[in-house]
Amino acid sequence: MTQSTSESVTKPKAGGHGTPPQAGHDEHADHGHGHGDGPHLAHHFDTYQQQFDAGKLGIWLFLLTEVLFFSGLFCAYTVYRAQHPEVFVYAHYFLNTNMGALNTCVLLISSLTAAWAVRNAQLAQKGLLIFNIVITIACAFTFMTVKYFEYAHKFHDGLLPGPNFHPTEQVWELDSFKQKHPEAAEFAEMLSKRAEARAKGTAAEKEAPLITQRPTEEQIEPLMKAGLIGPNSEEPMGISRPRNAHVFFSIYFFMTGLHGIHVIGGIIVWAWLLKRAVRGEFGPKYFGPIDYAALYWHLVDLVWIYLFPLLYLIH
Amino acid sequence: MTSSMSILLAFAAEPKLPKLPDSPYFWMPPSASVTAENTDTLYNAMLWMSVFFTVAIAYTMFRFCTKYRAKSRAANEIAQKTSEHNTMLELTWSIIPLCIVVPLFVGGFKGFVDLRTPPKAAMEIRATGQKWKWLFTYPGLGTPDDTLHVPVNTPVRMVINAVDVIHSLYIPSFRTKMDAVPGRYTDMWFKATQVGDYPIFCAEYCGTSHSDMLSHVVVHPPGGYEKWLAKTIAAADSLTGVDRGVMLYEKQGCSTCHSVDGTPKVGPSWKGIFGKMEAMTGGAPMKVDENYLRESMMDPQAHIVMGFTPAMPTYQGKLSDKDIDGLIEYIKSLK
Amino acid sequence: MASPSTTADVVAPRSTSSDDNYLTHDKGVLSWIFTLDHKRIGVMYLFSVLAAFALGGFFALIVRTELLTPGRTIIDHDTYNKMFTLHGAIMVFLVIIPGIPAALGNIIMPLQLGAKDVAFPRLNLASYHLWIVGACFMLSSLVINAVDTGWTFYTPYSTTTSTAVVPAAFGAFILGFSSIFTGLNFIVTMHKLRPPGMHFFRMPLFCWALYSTALIQVLATPVIGITLLMMIVERTLHIGIFDPTLGGDPVLFQHFFWFYSHPAVYIMIVPAFGVIGDIIPVFSRKRIFGYKFIAISSLAIAFLGFLVWGHHMFVSGQSVLAGTIFSAITFLIAIPTAIKVFNWLTTMYKGVIHLDTPMLYALAFLWVFTIGGLTGIFLAVMSVDVHLHDTYFVVAHFHYVMMGGAITAFMGGLHYWWPKAFGRMYDEKLGRIAAGFVFTGLNVTFFPQFILGSRGMPRRYYNYLPEFQPLHQLSTLGAYTLAVGFLLTAYYLFRSLKHGRIAPANPWGATTLEWQCSSPPPYYNFHKPPAVTQGPYDGYENLVYDEKIGGYVPRKANPA
Repeated sequence: MTQSTSESVTKPKAGGHGTPPQAGHDEHADHGHGHGDGPHLAHHFDTYQQQFDAGKLGIWLFLLTEVLFFSGLFCAYTVYRAQHPEVFVYAHYFLNTNMGALNTCVLLISSLTAAWAVRNAQLAQKGLLIFNIVITIACAFTFMTVKYFEYAHKFHDGLLPGPNFHPTEQVWELDSFKQKHPEAAEFAEMLSKRAEARAKGTAAEKEAPLITQRPTEEQIEPLMKAGLIGPNSEEPMGISRPRNAHVFFSIYFFMTGLHGIHVIGGIIVWAWLLKRAVRGEFGPKYFGPIDYAALYWHLVDLVWIYLFPLLYLIH
Repeated sequence: MTSSMSILLAFAAEPKLPKLPDSPYFWMPPSASVTAENTDTLYNAMLWMSVFFTVAIAYTMFRFCTKYRAKSRAANEIAQKTSEHNTMLELTWSIIPLCIVVPLFVGGFKGFVDLRTPPKAAMEIRATGQKWKWLFTYPGLGTPDDTLHVPVNTPVRMVINAVDVIHSLYIPSFRTKMDAVPGRYTDMWFKATQVGDYPIFCAEYCGTSHSDMLSHVVVHPPGGYEKWLAKTIAAADSLTGVDRGVMLYEKQGCSTCHSVDGTPKVGPSWKGIFGKMEAMTGGAPMKVDENYLRESMMDPQAHIVMGFTPAMPTYQGKLSDKDIDGLIEYIKSLK
Repeated sequence: MASPSTTADVVAPRSTSSDDNYLTHDKGVLSWIFTLDHKRIGVMYLFSVLAAFALGGFFALIVRTELLTPGRTIIDHDTYNKMFTLHGAIMVFLVIIPGIPAALGNIIMPLQLGAKDVAFPRLNLASYHLWIVGACFMLSSLVINAVDTGWTFYTPYSTTTSTAVVPAAFGAFILGFSSIFTGLNFIVTMHKLRPPGMHFFRMPLFCWALYSTALIQVLATPVIGITLLMMIVERTLHIGIFDPTLGGDPVLFQHFFWFYSHPAVYIMIVPAFGVIGDIIPVFSRKRIFGYKFIAISSLAIAFLGFLVWGHHMFVSGQSVLAGTIFSAITFLIAIPTAIKVFNWLTTMYKGVIHLDTPMLYALAFLWVFTIGGLTGIFLAVMSVDVHLHDTYFVVAHFHYVMMGGAITAFMGGLHYWWPKAFGRMYDEKLGRIAAGFVFTGLNVTFFPQFILGSRGMPRRYYNYLPEFQPLHQLSTLGAYTLAVGFLLTAYYLFRSLKHGRIAPANPWGATTLEWQCSSPPPYYNFHKPPAVTQGPYDGYENLVYDEKIGGYVPRKANPA
């Protein structure tokens, strides 16, 4: 048998693969597109099936790392919510549940189109594949736009993390609070007016409305739960927001921000795949990239499905 | 003055180092608390076990290397046939180590529970860690002290906290240690069994002078602790003016960052600053008068002399008006 | 492996370095920067890791020199704190975690498997580029204000100190991705690219070790990623996760940090186990004893490693119950580790022992790792740990296992596979001398530190009580001895690249697949997948030493 080192070898391509002796395709000068037994088969794989299986295992492992990456934040969320439930109740009134729900729907639709795109790629349905990828990207952009409006709203209202937390409105002045707990909102308004009057001096206090009867459950309980009155409030003897209320918004921005970065990453990937789909690269033998991107996208969707109730739907 | 001279002077101004007490043991400091015995027994047991295994493994290795050493590669010797797996043997040398570690675990667990369960009647002393000084607060004594004093044969519970970053209160001769965490209280207890003077170290890295955050515990003979406490309370109460300031300069940890001889340390030196016009960070000049000194103690971040970092902790709640007056008098006296 | 008469890919006796191989196949810097060849990526990793090791070692020498006297010797407090921090951060993140898997593993593992490359060559290249980017960030902090938090970045010190924590932490964050991608790649490679006949239980133990390590890399590293990100965000935006003045919990950082960093130490040591497991049978000319037990014990250690992080936090204020659980499980890890050591020793029983440099390092490993591992037991005992935590005892323990374990094994593997990777033999005499310096230096540097620690000397101390000085001076002497050993090694290894004897395909007489191709291997590894019909340590009796080439060839059926 001839020795390996004295074989004549064709000139190497950019990227340094060279061509193994038995293959013949020299047309694929694209970096990384294999020179094996067919187009898009990398040289170190023997069959398309092997290549696909390897990619599939690879993307699942990657998704596992993403889950662990987010799990740190979910852990922080759990610890803080367990220790300071009132902060979370207080803060969720500031979030727009409708916008959150809209985003959830948008992402679910995009997951549908992504899954459908995989099928299109497998059946070489180029037109439908392009359509579905475009819808997926459009949904992703919609998500980011809604997110932008939510963030802008929060910036405007002073709801920022850490020491920058200076809400412009009291929570009982919000529509979301007033609709849910009208009696408590009124009662809180009155308490805060009395507190202001007390700060001004006894003459003004005389003119402040009196509390003539025992406050009811409906008046007190929502305020206690949101840490506005009682031991967790910044003013234990009066009415104010709960201590360390900014922690919620720190967690909110961190988790949704990190998620948003992953959505943007997904947009970039889908855009690249769109380009390749237009070039007609995908078919029954080679549809791995669409499959893997769809899997990644499902995870991004899943993370949001957890984030939405945890942040927006707190009772 | 040159920088090396100022460094030497800084060292000359360092507080006295605690002395490492002589120990009858090679590996350990003196054993001066009731819980030290568990630690030392387990340590010695593990030491001998480790020596045994290390020697056994080394000897086996050495023996194999000499007895079975190849003559040369060219000789092409073939190894004798031996079994390549033996489940019985694998189980044996899994179970024997298991049997060794279980009592170690149990001993350690028992010792740990003892270390962390203070007796009900323990007397309490507060310890506060700050960069870079330990301050101990005694019942009845208004100002904290920089040395730990305890009576012999009496359970003492230390209630520990930190004001800035994590520190750790470590008393090697008592074999005990506990982190001082900002924002919460931790505790540890001990019962000293020998009269003497033992070092205290900070055992959690906390910045520039972590290794200088030293103190020591003075274990008094019976009656000695009460005498010391009474004397110290009397002195603290009776001291006024400059004398009070001098005492607080050491005891409250000012000396860690402010010198009295002109050498700049983490903070400006006190020598000659009273009455000066100083430029603050941000440019505005301020006169170093009584008001500025009081503000620096209560709200140190408000105005910082240009060129220095905002490193000073607040002394709000730690200094009485009498204390503040004393410090101001002392600073005034340092022309 | 394949029976002697069909080892068709064994190179002709007189292979010279002018023959085409992966090193010579493509020319030019760009062909290296954009290579997709796992061997070239491994070589780039190797030299990068060695450069980082030299830098980290230099900082270590500064630290030890400063510790010659109780007060100031050559640098001030702040510089000292920065030196030990950078020494630790560079060694952990740039050297030992990537070390054996990314450097040796990349060059050798696909060859051992019989594969043409790793599963995702582009991802592999990305891993290396990320290492470079991460290293740049980490080293950039050096020119800004350095870092002085200790490699453990404990809050609130790390979120409030004025040193350049963010670039260093961000560098570590990026290095985490480099590590994840390497691990991901290795797992898929071993699952999907084994040739016919290469069952899991025919893989060399080096592959088993890399597989277990890869599992840890993939599962644990994301957690340090998010932790560092949280710390950076806390530091820049002050959002109050760990800062007690803003409602945060500083001990939470420790939980997050050690949840990764404990499994990380297994990322550091398990590949070392793999190297030893490959060297000992070859240099004893005998099949490894208890192959299956060694292979499975790597997985057991990887798994248990996730459950013990709290043993770094016995004195942090953690509950007694939590501490008890962590202590108990920590003891369990001792068992599979002990099994390995005993199995390796038994392999040597009635073997034919060749004491070349790789074997000297393997034997050194056995001694030094035993001490390191046993001293871990001291720290697992809860009450004793209260005394020893944050003292020099801990420093000695982890240097024995990391330096004495991981680095010694790395050196052994480096010498073992050097002829394969570069086609040259190094000077064996110098190799043995250097090994002697390294072994002696190791013990003289770190054994006195056990005594310092149990006597109460805390770690990370710039000044110390004068009574501790003699032991410190002894330790520093050892450090310089170590430096001599490593410098000598660098000298003769680099020298061999130009002046070393040409290496045969199989200088050591091993039977794993990487020795069946030329030294250095061709760029495509194997023409076609090699036939795998026996285990990785079978068939030493079928190889004979050929003095003409200085290596082993298959035993001929008929006499010459």
